[in-house]
Amino acid sequence: MAATDLPAGWEMVVGLEVHCELKTATKLFCGCPNVFGDEPNTNVCPVCLGLPGSLPVLNQQAVELAMAIGTALGCEIRPSTFHRKNYFYPDMPKDYQISQYDEPINVDGHLELPDGSVVGIVRAHLEEDTGKTTHAGGTGRIHGSDHSLVDYNRSGVPLVEIVSAPDIRSATQARAYAAELRAVLVATGASDGRMEEGSMRVDANVSVRRSPDDPLGTRCEIKNLNSLRSLARAVEYEARRQVELLEAGERVVQQTRHWDEDAGRTIALRSKEEATDYRYFLEPDLVPVVPDAQWVTAVADTLGMLPAARRRRLEELLTTDGAGTGDTPGGGAAPTPAQLDQIATVVDLGLDDLVVETVAAGVAAPLVLARSANEAATDPDLARKLDPVAFAGLLGMEASGSLSATQVKAVLSELLHTGGDPAAIAASKGFEAMAEDDLVSTVAGLVADHPDEWARYRDGDDKLAGFFTGLVMKATQGKANGKAVAAELRRLRG
Amino acid sequence: MSSTGSPASPAFDLADDVRAGRRRAVDVVEASLAAIAEREPELHCFNLVLADSARQRAAEIDRMVAAGEDPGPLAGVPVALKDNLCTRGIETTCSSRILAGWRPPYDATVVTRLDRAGAVVVGKTNMDEFAMGSSTETSATGPTRNPRDPSRVPGGSSGGSAAAVAAGFAPLALGSDTGGSIRQPAALCGVVGMKPTYGTVSRYGLVAFASSLDQIGPFATTVADAAGMFDVIGGHDPADSTSLDRPTPRVVSVLGDGIEGLTVGVVRELLEGADPDVVARITAAADVCAAAGAHVEEISVPEVRLGLSAYYLIAPAEASSNLARYDGVRYGLRVDAPDAASMNVATRTAGFGAEVKRRIMLGTYALSAGYYDAYYGQALRVRTRIVEGFERAYHQCDVLLGPTSPTTAFPLGERLDDPLAMYLSDVCTIPSNLAGHPAISLPFGTGDDGLPVGAQLLAPALGESLLFRAAAVLEAGAPAGTGGAAGGVA
Repeated sequence: MAATDLPAGWEMVVGLEVHCELKTATKLFCGCPNVFGDEPNTNVCPVCLGLPGSLPVLNQQAVELAMAIGTALGCEIRPSTFHRKNYFYPDMPKDYQISQYDEPINVDGHLELPDGSVVGIVRAHLEEDTGKTTHAGGTGRIHGSDHSLVDYNRSGVPLVEIVSAPDIRSATQARAYAAELRAVLVATGASDGRMEEGSMRVDANVSVRRSPDDPLGTRCEIKNLNSLRSLARAVEYEARRQVELLEAGERVVQQTRHWDEDAGRTIALRSKEEATDYRYFLEPDLVPVVPDAQWVTAVADTLGMLPAARRRRLEELLTTDGAGTGDTPGGGAAPTPAQLDQIATVVDLGLDDLVVETVAAGVAAPLVLARSANEAATDPDLARKLDPVAFAGLLGMEASGSLSATQVKAVLSELLHTGGDPAAIAASKGFEAMAEDDLVSTVAGLVADHPDEWARYRDGDDKLAGFFTGLVMKATQGKANGKAVAAELRRLRG
Repeated sequence: MSSTGSPASPAFDLADDVRAGRRRAVDVVEASLAAIAEREPELHCFNLVLADSARQRAAEIDRMVAAGEDPGPLAGVPVALKDNLCTRGIETTCSSRILAGWRPPYDATVVTRLDRAGAVVVGKTNMDEFAMGSSTETSATGPTRNPRDPSRVPGGSSGGSAAAVAAGFAPLALGSDTGGSIRQPAALCGVVGMKPTYGTVSRYGLVAFASSLDQIGPFATTVADAAGMFDVIGGHDPADSTSLDRPTPRVVSVLGDGIEGLTVGVVRELLEGADPDVVARITAAADVCAAAGAHVEEISVPEVRLGLSAYYLIAPAEASSNLARYDGVRYGLRVDAPDAASMNVATRTAGFGAEVKRRIMLGTYALSAGYYDAYYGQALRVRTRIVEGFERAYHQCDVLLGPTSPTTAFPLGERLDDPLAMYLSDVCTIPSNLAGHPAISLPFGTGDDGLPVGAQLLAPALGESLLFRAAAVLEAGAPAGTGGAAGGVA
């Protein structure tokens, strides 16, 4: 990954902590529904309200989703325990959070990014989410509000916290990591990865140093990164801030900082000296989770293909079926940068199976990829349900010159919504290609009507080809195929 | 002793009478309420007497019997519940101001099991605040007095339950035992009290003090009643992850099996700090075992000397976390203040008593960065040593014997201002909690002051059958007139 444009002689070092809400049916330690957006305090019980006497019971589905994430990230899945992280906050009903601490379920994995770089995963552990506080009155911030409302529907929702190694070296790479991780989480079925709903939350640890050989610099942790864009901006800002401090002869103070999206800067929240002592100790109400090899294998078997493998599959498809690409005549060549973008889009939208099956139905890969990444991608939910045979039929008509690109787009739009036979849809729109006899007679008639222009074309003025094509299109109301018209003109010229 | 020679079981005999229609549950409950009315003002065993609901429940049971249904093995038997057991819609306070007025929306698993067995809850008993204490004097509702001598404490923390059984208010009660809180008050009040193996009785609905040590157990006037109640409340509960998922043997059926050929070890270290009259009684108890055909030997388990120190780090550490939730946000007491953090402080300052605050401070300190390893970590290592010490002892012996408490019941106020003296009250009982092993205290004669002495039997994990067999032998051989209820329901 290319270095950022930090001032020369500086390198940034970034590690990300990603909290991901698991898509379980129920919460981590009780039977309450795990649902976003319900009426406040409707999905609660003695356990997730932390009522006296209540006890947690671990949700097996949450453990399996955590194991799925670990498997997808190439982690070692280990026997694990839960600890209590003690601190007071009104939205935390027990005033401690149950979290995995020194014995997490997943350790030591990695994530490969689309550009081929690899970021280490230190751990991916299970923990419970807190409730949600709303400060009412005043500004809506805690200071100046006159009361606070707490919704405990989120309390006890299962989270997996994924901690990367400090392997990230640019804001772009940080963003790519978060995007790729999100794709992996969605692919495993563990999470919906919605940052805007808070189901995926990112904190960034940022430090800078002069040389890759130097020890790590003092880091700051940035919170409140609600989008990939915020993440990239905040990391870039924070690295520059630290470089400026150091160049001015000052030092970086280890701090937690808040990203202010509107102001475009990070603001100090608290320093290490003020940090809470969480007084971790083994949660006595739970027993260790010891997944045996059989269970680990069973979970791994449920995993589908992951994004990196899915991208690779499309790249190979192009390489082996790439005949006709403009840049690489003859096929068998590597995908172009534009095609890599198309692959990323198609995988991101889950249209890669459609591409593979449509190519298998006999259409050239570059055309299928382009139409999938552009036209089909306008409605990915419908496109994922598209019949590959019908899609192949439509693109076959384009490849053979029976339909124009514009006509393909119109037919596809209808095909996505109603399904059916693309040829019939094209016919119903009057898009059917003209019969060859009709085209020959139309062209012959127009040539006879414009003898001067025809003479100039016949004498070698190729510009006149466009003049005649235009006349044909006008006469046929666009039904004629441009390539077929050009071929007929060349034939008549002899 | 009953005339047949099998261990007496007055509570279950009473239930059998109710089930057979020989006696009405409403009459049994009225007798209980009458006994309470007579002596409760003096003794203060209860935070709450549930006269109305008890009468209703008794009438229901009588209707069931009349309709030919069986209300269960405890049909119509009055039961007192320690006030740290959650009861649906009924105030559950742990004798703390901070939980005053709190009504749980659910029943503890043991409460549900008692209900299904036909028991009638007559009240919620007084206790040391959040079960922290050995005399029931740290209660926010005032101390309970010992029915054997009202100038003395009943022990604690389950002092209300022990005293209620000793006073004849109810033949059975439930308590919780974290460091001796069932056995020590049972000893001081002259009744039977038993702490089961950790994990055999569900903790769901027991307000936590120290989660890795807490265990619910029975109080009764006889060993057989305690065994029967253990059978009713024990067994796997999926709502408690530390509940053992294995069939629990019914102990009632082995009570008469005797201890011939077993080895009983008298633990030297448990006798070390005990008063001479207490030591003499335990020696007499050992003789009863020998007379019953057991091989009796003195055994040394030096690790148990470390129990008290380890306990007073582990239990407060867990308590400091368990009691964090009493923050004034969701339930119980709230003392208003300008912001959430000050409200937490004001609420906790007003809501907790001195002993609870002391233990929260101790525990918070023991878990703090920089101190964890020297205190909490070290205590966990000691805990492992104690388990190992018992393992060694059980290679040699089947059950262990010692006193429950180094002294008989002490006067009210004597140790209240001397926490270390108070903590020493539990020196003999704490090792079982740290090991998670079962233990039972039963009355065995009196001290020089005429007050009850408790003999304590200890068994390895899941050794309840052995424990009750030995207890039945000691009960049969105990000096006359030292145990049981002072009157009331029988």
